[in-house]
Amino acid sequence: MGLRNFFERIEPHFEKGGKYERYFPIYEMVESLVYTPKTVTTAAPHARSYVDMKRIMTYVVLATIPCIIMGLYNVGLQVNSAYETIPVSGWRAAIIDFVGIGFNAANPLANIAHGLMYFIPIYLTTLVVGGIWEVLFATVRRHEVNEGFLVSSMLFALILPPATPLWQVALGISFGVVIGKEVFGGTGKNFLNPALTGRAFLYFAYPAYMSGDTVWTPVDGFSGATALSVSASEGYQALAANGVNWMNSFVGTIQGSIGETSALACLIGLAFLLITKIANWRLVVGCMAGMVGFSLLLNMIGSETNPMFAMPWYWHFVVGGFAFGLVFMVTEPVSASHTNVGRYIYGALIGFMVVMIRVINPAFPEGMMLAILFGNVFAPLIDYFVVQANIKRRARRNA
Amino acid sequence: MAQTKKTLLTQPLVDNNPITLQVLGICSALAVTSSLQVALVMALAVTAVTGFASMFISVLRNQIPGSIRIIVQMVIIASLVIIVDQVLKAYAYDVSKTLSVFVGLIITNCIVMGRAEAFAMKNPPIDSFIDGVGNGLGYGALLLVVGFIRELFGAGSLFGITIFETVNNGGWYVPNGMLLLPPSAFFIIGLLIWAIRSWKPKQVEEREYKIQTVEGH
Repeated sequence: MGLRNFFERIEPHFEKGGKYERYFPIYEMVESLVYTPKTVTTAAPHARSYVDMKRIMTYVVLATIPCIIMGLYNVGLQVNSAYETIPVSGWRAAIIDFVGIGFNAANPLANIAHGLMYFIPIYLTTLVVGGIWEVLFATVRRHEVNEGFLVSSMLFALILPPATPLWQVALGISFGVVIGKEVFGGTGKNFLNPALTGRAFLYFAYPAYMSGDTVWTPVDGFSGATALSVSASEGYQALAANGVNWMNSFVGTIQGSIGETSALACLIGLAFLLITKIANWRLVVGCMAGMVGFSLLLNMIGSETNPMFAMPWYWHFVVGGFAFGLVFMVTEPVSASHTNVGRYIYGALIGFMVVMIRVINPAFPEGMMLAILFGNVFAPLIDYFVVQANIKRRARRNA
Repeated sequence: MAQTKKTLLTQPLVDNNPITLQVLGICSALAVTSSLQVALVMALAVTAVTGFASMFISVLRNQIPGSIRIIVQMVIIASLVIIVDQVLKAYAYDVSKTLSVFVGLIITNCIVMGRAEAFAMKNPPIDSFIDGVGNGLGYGALLLVVGFIRELFGAGSLFGITIFETVNNGGWYVPNGMLLLPPSAFFIIGLLIWAIRSWKPKQVEEREYKIQTVEGH
């Protein structure tokens, strides 16, 4: 094994007392990317498990693959459909012309190719800029560069609108990594989801680029509202008139951020995460229960002036970022509650808040991002009360 | 702690800054820093009030009965705030309208009360005045830094004069809307505290908890 020998040859330089001692985290990152980490716990207790952090993070990235593929297809589909009426322009179109794939919206391959043209620049920017911050903090603070960043960067790229300018992508991931994670000590110590923190920063800093009708399909002169903003103004019954039915919301051929439109792809990812036990099912059950329960309640109450009251739960599930957030963000183990009872409460709180923000708050048509961040903030408090209740119960029992 | 008149004035600027070290007066620092002009006026107003309030309280410190000292201090501070408010209304009406309730709220600014209680009640008038002015300036300096960042990157201007031409006016700069919202001051002040404490590690507080290390072999 030439590579192994290479690592063994250069390793002494990075260890304590070596020439490049300062850069050990970078060495460690590259080495553990190729081989299994060789650090083992020195102190008791020892729990043997093959699911280490590296595997957890890799599995989450694998679980996003259906969303990526559907996202690429959908971005391409929306752009190619828009080009049927609007003249083709831009460097992406030039490349596609050069390769000769064409702009046929009925051809899935052409759609995916066109989607890639939008996704790759965003993802690369996220990786490079976020990666620089990671390595910088790892070097200064002497901790290891972590695979967790691969998850954050992938999720961050998937929850952006395809038309996001690249400098905003860079700014958003910088904020997410630094303020959302590194100031609290790095992976495993972040109480907020870093990808969502970055997204929220962009949402409040540049609302014109993160919401509205023109950002979801990156074609100049094209305007298409998301299913949620149509529902907020005219009611979900009006969606059909805009060419959106339940089935294509479920499959994901609607306006939205890159990876969030397809509830079907999210469910495939969820199944994978649940089978491999990466995601805790209690969080999912709690969140679904909160969302279904509160939307049923609002359906019963009804409202003359606010059409969102009538939106049934199966519509809430397929439009906007609910499914994506449920699968990849509510289930994030670090920022969620850590006790089993707490997980139900935490999930239900988020499910409730999503419907609350979507239906009752007129300023934000989409609620998943803010609801999850809200839940993140409350997670430690929920855990505290669950633990206290347990202590009291046991004290009574043994009194 | 022997303090010369000079250190009384300069200590609160960085080493003992009321906002970044003592974390007082945060509320108004969030509210009035969206533009540099407003921040400057607020800084001057607070400096004047802390300076004179500390001086007058110090003059009366031997006459004030301990049991009602807070009430007496409040009366003095409140009178000064009313004077400042009237002066602003007379000479800078527009700014006073933007500051609105926050001029009145100088009364409740912890820095003013804090200096009165901690310093003016125990020290002679001149020293108290300098100490009050120093703390006001320390507060003001931070306000100006935060205001500078927020106005420059939030609106592309300084003191209302365009520095970066914004996109809406045909320029290149896309203003960062979050910086115009009060919560952004939390991030900026937090980052400033981080920067100052990296520069002067003496200001870093001790941890309230201890990480247990387990013996291992």
